[in-house]
Amino acid sequence: MIVDKSGSPLLADENIKPDTRHGVILYVEDVSVSFDGFKALNDLNLYINDGELRCLIGANGAGKTTLMDVITGKTRPDTGKVSFGQQVDLLQLSEAEIARAGIGRKFQKPTVFEELTVFENIELSLAGDKGIWTALFHKLTGEQKDRIAEILTTIGLSKECYYPAGRLSHGQKQWLEIGMLLAAEPRVLLVDEPVAGMTGQETERTAELLTSLAGKHSVVVVEHDMAFVRSIAKQVTVLHQGSVLAEGTMSEIQSNKDVIQVYLGEEDGSDDYAKENEKSVSEKTELESKPQEQTV
Amino acid sequence: MTTSTIKTDTSMNHSNNSAPNNHLPNNKPTFVQKLSELGSLRVVIGFLLISAFYVTFCNLVFAEGSFFHVSDYTVSLFGKYLCYALLALAVDLVWGYCGILSLGHGAFFALGGYAMGMYLMRQIGDRGVYGNPDLPDFMVFLNWTELPWYWAGSSSVFWMIAMVFIGPGLLAYIFGSLAFRSRVSGVYLSIMTQAVTYALMLAFFRNEMGFGGNNGLTDFKEILGFSLQEPSTKLGLFVATAIALAIGYMVSDFIVKSKMGRVVTAIRDAESRVRFVGFKPEHYKLWIYVVSAMLAGVAGALYVPQVGIINPGEFSPLNSIEMVVWVAIGGRGTLYGALIGAVVVSYAKTRFTAIMPEAWLFALGGLFVLVTLYLPKGIAGLLPNILNKKDSENEASDTDQSKESNNTSIEKSEASS
Amino acid sequence: MLRIFSAFICCLLAWQSIANGDVTLTKTSVSTSVSNDAELATLFKKLPVTKLSKMQLLIEQLSATKTPQVKQAFNYLLNGELYYIKANKQVVHAQINEDKKYALTDVLTNTPLDVVAKSKIRKIKTNNRLRGSLRSLLAQFDLTDPNKEIRIAAVKQLLDKPNQTGIDTITKLVKKEQDTDVRELMQVTLLVEQLLNGEHEEKLAAVKQLKTSLEPSVLNEMTNQLSKIAKSTSSTPLSVEDKALKVALEKAIADIDDRKGIFEFAENLFFGVSLGSVLLLAAIGLAITFGVMGVINMAHGEMMMLGAYTTYVIQQAFPQYIEYSLLMAIPAAFLVSGLVGVGIERGVIRHLKGRPLETLLATFGISLILQQLVRSIFSPLNRQVLTPEWMSGSWQINPIFSLTFNRLYIIIFSLMVFVALLMILKKTSLGLHVRAVSQNRDMARALSIKSDWVDAITFGLGSGIAGIAGVVLSQLTNVGPNLGQAYIIDSFLVVVFGGVGNLWGTLVAAMSLGAFNKFLEPVTGSVLANIIVLVGLVLFIQKKPKGLFPQKGRSAD
Repeated sequence: MIVDKSGSPLLADENIKPDTRHGVILYVEDVSVSFDGFKALNDLNLYINDGELRCLIGANGAGKTTLMDVITGKTRPDTGKVSFGQQVDLLQLSEAEIARAGIGRKFQKPTVFEELTVFENIELSLAGDKGIWTALFHKLTGEQKDRIAEILTTIGLSKECYYPAGRLSHGQKQWLEIGMLLAAEPRVLLVDEPVAGMTGQETERTAELLTSLAGKHSVVVVEHDMAFVRSIAKQVTVLHQGSVLAEGTMSEIQSNKDVIQVYLGEEDGSDDYAKENEKSVSEKTELESKPQEQTV
Repeated sequence: MTTSTIKTDTSMNHSNNSAPNNHLPNNKPTFVQKLSELGSLRVVIGFLLISAFYVTFCNLVFAEGSFFHVSDYTVSLFGKYLCYALLALAVDLVWGYCGILSLGHGAFFALGGYAMGMYLMRQIGDRGVYGNPDLPDFMVFLNWTELPWYWAGSSSVFWMIAMVFIGPGLLAYIFGSLAFRSRVSGVYLSIMTQAVTYALMLAFFRNEMGFGGNNGLTDFKEILGFSLQEPSTKLGLFVATAIALAIGYMVSDFIVKSKMGRVVTAIRDAESRVRFVGFKPEHYKLWIYVVSAMLAGVAGALYVPQVGIINPGEFSPLNSIEMVVWVAIGGRGTLYGALIGAVVVSYAKTRFTAIMPEAWLFALGGLFVLVTLYLPKGIAGLLPNILNKKDSENEASDTDQSKESNNTSIEKSEASS
Repeated sequence: MLRIFSAFICCLLAWQSIANGDVTLTKTSVSTSVSNDAELATLFKKLPVTKLSKMQLLIEQLSATKTPQVKQAFNYLLNGELYYIKANKQVVHAQINEDKKYALTDVLTNTPLDVVAKSKIRKIKTNNRLRGSLRSLLAQFDLTDPNKEIRIAAVKQLLDKPNQTGIDTITKLVKKEQDTDVRELMQVTLLVEQLLNGEHEEKLAAVKQLKTSLEPSVLNEMTNQLSKIAKSTSSTPLSVEDKALKVALEKAIADIDDRKGIFEFAENLFFGVSLGSVLLLAAIGLAITFGVMGVINMAHGEMMMLGAYTTYVIQQAFPQYIEYSLLMAIPAAFLVSGLVGVGIERGVIRHLKGRPLETLLATFGISLILQQLVRSIFSPLNRQVLTPEWMSGSWQINPIFSLTFNRLYIIIFSLMVFVALLMILKKTSLGLHVRAVSQNRDMARALSIKSDWVDAITFGLGSGIAGIAGVVLSQLTNVGPNLGQAYIIDSFLVVVFGGVGNLWGTLVAAMSLGAFNKFLEPVTGSVLANIIVLVGLVLFIQKKPKGLFPQKGRSAD
């Protein structure tokens, strides 16, 4: 096992145990991120309690995905502090180390290993040693096989078990990614738009699954689908322009003046769908444009 | 270190999951499985050893002029092809499986070759033109009085074998650890590897480097006490190469079929995602890059006594690119594809350059373009198509499309990040 | 960068005008002395019949004609090779051959005549006094030549190998000399003479005045003097005078060395910038196709090669217009390479969108095909591309520092191309479309921009610029099928080093790499410098994968 960052024994990846004596598992304090002058996150403060299910909502560009990037180590903040439990400084860890420490993530756009089979996708995600030599001589134990089979049943992909993941439908990929997340047995699950592309029934199942995970795990869900948020959320945090606008239960949020003004606006429930639709379209174009943002 | 300290409840109260089900469905073999059957270890190794035996047998038993006779020249030629095949295997391991397009594998091949060349040079002893028992001819010519420090030990065969692994391995380790840690990838990495082999070529062309400069190392007399002029030595080298290739193939096969293989494939398809699963792609990439460099080094070491010379031309970027073409044409991502590619293209090169030399570059260039445009999976991708047309047609197009779109997004994000 | 560059030129100009007062333009041209052939002929006729005592007058008359024949004849006369044919009194140059016979050449027309026996000819007589005046007349000949170059050359020769007659002549001429350059050089020569043979006070004065001179022989003589003094110390104690002289000499030498150092630096910088501008030309095409479009074109080097061959073809087609060949070749090469580029884009690259590694391989295949094509058509040998006269020669700023015109033009030209390209991308609608497509293809298409067309044109533009780079390269290196290969790796490294998608980054990267290379070269030799730069770049890119000027932005996964 090669450990990059020595120094604090806390950082040897297998030994990370978040200290949650205060009931908080994730501290995000005064975090700012800017891209070329654009403040994606602006002095953001967020505390996720151990075992809680939290929903993050907010308009496009509110900083939801950037926040997840910061927590998982993909983006380094300009200022601020992010810690796992009280003492594990996530800013000192690499993406892989954060994942091993027990923070799992499902991406907005489902990313699975397309050339590998569904089974192999889950297998790679299983919790355990991720070192080279183990990988070289590793044999799946019966216990692990059972676990994979169990997860496959949970996500409803048992039949597609030996299919290359690339051949799954969009919704199935969503499920597979959730399965990969389950396999990693993380302490904290960050779930970015889990129900996009799912049928109503599947959405319901996802809602059930996420609710059942809460308690043992902390779950943070980013979702645009208000109905879905309403169905699962106990606590909702509204992000606006890179900082927290409001926090509370769904009903509190809905009656919050600021929120009504900047996010829900004058809309009522019926407009929801149209708005979402528009949003996802614009988001998509935004996504595609970014990789090639190049000025001459 | 297989237990995780982070324990979560593994049983979930889920409507669909009331009873754990550990019977995985037995699907009919898929496209991917058929591929691996065709290239199964036994088939390839068997074929390899049988053909090696056939060549040996025909060379020894049948007299010259007989229909079945395999000439010494052909034996040497096949030996060369097998070296190329081993080299192609190395390239396929990093490119086909891990997505690292190395345009500098020629450097590892050449370093292995130089390690062997140094040993062979020392074996000449006082039979050189200048008759100096300690110094190779070119050093005498340059008025050097003693061996440079890095030639120390070069007369020992064990040292030579160690250097065949250490030389290329060390270069790969240094370059790889720098490049992969700073997440240089894709085209950038390819250009970087090309720059490295180009720089090495320039360096080895200098006489001051102490590797014979322009002329390289040549005029070898014997290896392990056997004269290199003897047909039996040539045959022995051929057999040794075949065995080395078989071992190399088995090692590669073991790697790609292990969990390691699945991790590197995952890295190839979605490197950033692999990080979020908890693997460190840079370690895996580095490991497989070093292994691949060593395989290439072995190929180079076996190549040199069979062709009788090693010079800086082996470092030329064009050589490295040619290796990539073997793999592209044979079919990357399948080990046996790499073997097929190396042998077929090298054979074509031998024929072409004999008949009409000027056409070879046209053919090679054309192959590049056509294969990338119309045959992304190479010859190995064609075979299953022929074997099972109906099944593979819809499946292949399916995976192709999804893979393409996936690649696009990855490359885009790489370009931006 | 432009500003820095022009500031650099200004500095140089100011510096040299302080040093020398004027700019000397060196160009090879033929001396055009007017002569009256008839007069010359009559004077030559007199040579055999004039008595020694009257000879002095005759040679003075002869020298007044200032013709090359006279100069030659004087030289023959000094060497004892001037004869006349007894029969017709024709003045000839006679040279003895193996058979002890004499090969004759007419002095006036320089036409070879018969080979004759000694008895047929007679030597024209001279004496010591005459020889002395011949020498001084000869010295005067070049020193008073109407052509400034010849005068300078004559003085320089004297400076390197002083002789008394020459020095005397210069002493006479220095007051009359109109040209400041020549006069200064003459003064330097006299001062050196003073340093060598003058009294102590004169020596000191000479040293003081000479320390602003950059002539190599000045430094030489000073060092000689210093070592002479040092040698004498070992036997006898140093006199006060010598001590003073020694101090003065040491100071002067240090001064000269300092200034030499500055000019050596300037020279390295100039070479560096000129190498940098070649790199820039080679790389900006790539900065467009690779940086802006994101397409890897390994055949980029071959686009340059095509440009170079276009120059060759144009010179072959219009041999009478060599002077204008480059001006014709630039648009032609742009078109040829640009069209080939459009063809490649349409035929191959378009089908490999979003698969950069495959694009890399396919374009590499194309580069092999293009190389072989050129090899088949033009043969694998290097082709000779001529340099127009206006590109040759150099701008002599002072004795140790000159700028060659071809490098100077290339620097200016590459900066022009750079600015033009910047303008195209910034100001024209094509540039707008290119940037729009490169940033968001779908959106651009929705705005009815024909993205396919824009791709092809952009690629054509990048390739066309490579073609122009080829024209420039044809003036610097051998034009052969492998021309492009030598530059492709460097070009890619320049683009990556500067930061992909950033033209200014490319400029800075090219210039700094060029300068770095040229400053290393004197220390390490060119091959090692090349290797060091390559390895340094590879290491740099490991440290900063996005180059010097990275493009920032929120990255999506």
